[in-house]
Amino acid sequence: MKRKWMTAPYIIWMLLFTIIPLCIVLYFAFTDSVTGAFTFQNITGMADYAPIFLRSIWLSVIATVICLIIGYPVAYAISTCKPRTQKLLQLLIMLPMCLSFLLRTLAWVALLEDTGIINNLLTSIGLQPLPLIRNSGAMVLGMVYNYLPYMILPLYTAISKINPRLIEAAEDLGCNKRKVFSKVVLPLSLPGITSGITMVFVPAVSTFYISQKLGSPGTILVGDIIESQFKGAYNPNLGAAMSLVLMILIFICIGISNHFTKSDNEEEQLI
Amino acid sequence: MKKTSRVITVIVFIFLYVPIFILALASFNTGADMAVFKGFTFNRYAELFKDAALLELLRNSAIIAVLSTIVATILGTCAAMGITKLGKKMRSAIMTVTNIPMTNPDIVTGVSLALMFAFAGTMLRLNSILGIWTLLIAHVTFNLPYVILNVLPRLHQMDPNLTDAALDLGCTPVQAFFKVTIHEIMPGIIAGALMSFTMSLDDFVISYFVTGAGFVTLPVEIYNYTKKPIHPKVFALFTLMFIIILILMIVMNIIQSKTDRSKGKRFSKAGGVL
Amino acid sequence: MANELIRLENLVMEFGGNRVLDSINLSIKDKTFMTLLGPSGCGKTTTLRIIGGFQVPTSGQIFFDGVSINEVPAYKRQINTVFQNYALFPHLDVYDNIAFGLRISGLSEKEIDSRVGHMLESVSLKGFENRKVPSLSGGQQQRVAIARALVNHPKVLLLDEPLGALDLRLRQDMQNELKRIQQEVGITFVYVTHDQEEALAMSDTIVVMDSGKIQQIGTPEGIYNEPANAFVADFIGESNILDGIMPADYRVRFFGQEFKCVDHGFEPNELVDVVIRPEDIDIVAPEQGNLCGTVTSLTFKGVHYDTIVDFKGFKWLIQTTEFHPVGSYIGIQLDPDNIHVMKKSEYSGLYGDYSSYSEEYEELDEMPEEE
Repeated sequence: MKRKWMTAPYIIWMLLFTIIPLCIVLYFAFTDSVTGAFTFQNITGMADYAPIFLRSIWLSVIATVICLIIGYPVAYAISTCKPRTQKLLQLLIMLPMCLSFLLRTLAWVALLEDTGIINNLLTSIGLQPLPLIRNSGAMVLGMVYNYLPYMILPLYTAISKINPRLIEAAEDLGCNKRKVFSKVVLPLSLPGITSGITMVFVPAVSTFYISQKLGSPGTILVGDIIESQFKGAYNPNLGAAMSLVLMILIFICIGISNHFTKSDNEEEQLI
Repeated sequence: MKKTSRVITVIVFIFLYVPIFILALASFNTGADMAVFKGFTFNRYAELFKDAALLELLRNSAIIAVLSTIVATILGTCAAMGITKLGKKMRSAIMTVTNIPMTNPDIVTGVSLALMFAFAGTMLRLNSILGIWTLLIAHVTFNLPYVILNVLPRLHQMDPNLTDAALDLGCTPVQAFFKVTIHEIMPGIIAGALMSFTMSLDDFVISYFVTGAGFVTLPVEIYNYTKKPIHPKVFALFTLMFIIILILMIVMNIIQSKTDRSKGKRFSKAGGVL
Repeated sequence: MANELIRLENLVMEFGGNRVLDSINLSIKDKTFMTLLGPSGCGKTTTLRIIGGFQVPTSGQIFFDGVSINEVPAYKRQINTVFQNYALFPHLDVYDNIAFGLRISGLSEKEIDSRVGHMLESVSLKGFENRKVPSLSGGQQQRVAIARALVNHPKVLLLDEPLGALDLRLRQDMQNELKRIQQEVGITFVYVTHDQEEALAMSDTIVVMDSGKIQQIGTPEGIYNEPANAFVADFIGESNILDGIMPADYRVRFFGQEFKCVDHGFEPNELVDVVIRPEDIDIVAPEQGNLCGTVTSLTFKGVHYDTIVDFKGFKWLIQTTEFHPVGSYIGIQLDPDNIHVMKKSEYSGLYGDYSSYSEEYEELDEMPEEE
């Protein structure tokens, strides 16, 4: 009976440090930075930043899709290993997540720079150096590199949970390897796909370091703008408005992805 | 299909570890440019242990990680205990709130907390309240969901009769928790605490917004470093951390597979009897 | 007769507007073996948990030795429980599991050692002290659970489907074992089960429950021979239940015929339910029978045949050692002793018709309990 009350400190904590801060974001987003009066200007002023929003979404969608396409075979391959190897590979996937992502991104700068490791190699064998850095491609590479583990781990969890008897049952009922995959493995790993997409897309769309190091001033992202509103230009009202829009965009994107995978699921059930 | 996916897996592992290898190499480089290896030296490691400022940053990170893990683990475990006893509506409401820090981008969490601390600062008529306490609060906030989401499944899996059995044998509810329940949910508590600790040690985005000049953690300072040419002793620190985490993970893996094996034996024995 | 130890008065339990117990009144006598028997969801486990102190009734009183214990928490009651699936502590070995309660009450290690040792002996688990719980078989875990409860010298032992997880053979052995232990320690056992055979074999008193209400309280023989209504007749053993009418005391009419019986005390011409147990029916030649019918189905059961006989469209189950092939025309004879008359109840017409006879009635007994 009394055990219920053990949630009370947690509820108070979350109210103070999650709900109220979000309300303050809402408040700042709708007030003027100088007068403090209610205004829609921060939100309407967002139109100027529409291309940046679009670029952020576009690049992170590409990064998410790439992560899914290369992450799925990896997760699948891990799940077919011996249990001990599976544990080890899982840890090796997790290890980079525990190391400073700033420094790891910096290593990519060293690799991709105009006089970086790859271009040095190219020129030493007599080829022309390539423009590898300060473009959208390098930014997508940075996103894929940083967030790929967040795709592989939930996929691996979902795939390894599939009961091998189900695959045998599908084979028994006449599915070939390809059908087994499309009719059984893929639909059953959908929860992993959904959470993987969320876990890659959300940090990718809001990143503010990758673009600074791997992109150019022309390929700035939403995260950079928000950061500069708090750390540089200091217009927290505009920053709050952008955070709010970003948050809403992300909820919409997650909603679409959930809806997409769910309706897929229902179709499967109908068949 | 199996072959293709194995080839992709090997390529992905190379992709993931090449930058780490480059950083490790840079820590032994006599030159400052990562791209050019001039000569081999251990000097960076010697410099690292002489750099009191860098070591203090490391200490600050460790303090925040340890404190936030302890607070989040206790608060989160209590919350999870209570959540299992709540009604459906209340429970789903709390779980929605629990998911907010998980699905919100870090930058929004950071910004919202920064705005609130600024607001609280003006209310308290202080110039800036940003510092160790705001950092600790922020870290506890983003660690709490990890603890709860790790402990809750353990509580659900636990036979509810175990708690009743402890009460039946004379335990007060508090005794029942410490003598029985905690043993059952320990793996979840440990997993939650470990996740909190690594998340907190590694966090840069949220810390960046809520930290003040007085108390800075290592990742935040590294961000400031990376704006100018970075000193190679930072790579030495990175390499050391890589090795420590690698060893920890291998040890954990060995311990786990050992306990798994003894458990497996036990099950096969029980199976034999039945 | 022994003294009353526990009394339940007008116990009502509701979960979210759903009434699980409906004014339960029950008196449990000291040093007896009482069984709460009923199908899943009948409220028997809830009743047990209220006695144990794990649930607080919505209304009503629980008395222990004449004192109300509604407000006494589980850990202060002189009652111990053997839980469904045992609820042994997996992080402790056998010895520490049994010593758990004694340590909580702060006894000296010396005293604990002698009591645990004694207990291990009486459940034949000497030498298992340091075994981990998961390495024990179901039957051994069962004994540990009983020892863990009894070592505290409770006045009452509550047992919640303790044999449910064991296989048939072990279950029968444990029935004898439990009865022996109860007589040896001389305390009250309150036993919950959905298995009528278990209840009949072990109990001094059986309480049959359904839909949160007590249907009948009595000795095993009394409940079997004189079921109070169609539910009890059907739940305990097999029964053919027919609509009948009592024209007068000791006379009952069904199938258009009048039979002698031993029941009395009904209104003249009162409508009643008539119970005839399948093993009480004698098959005779058609010309000697009270009733005649055709065999429509036959199942060999080892000790006897389950024979389904069609009497004017109403199918009866007859258990007989004689072989009567499907299609044979037979007569039956009914002794007045074997005709049992019951008052009509809400259960009339729901049970006792074997028209759709299948193995189903067997499966009902095997149904796992989930409350």
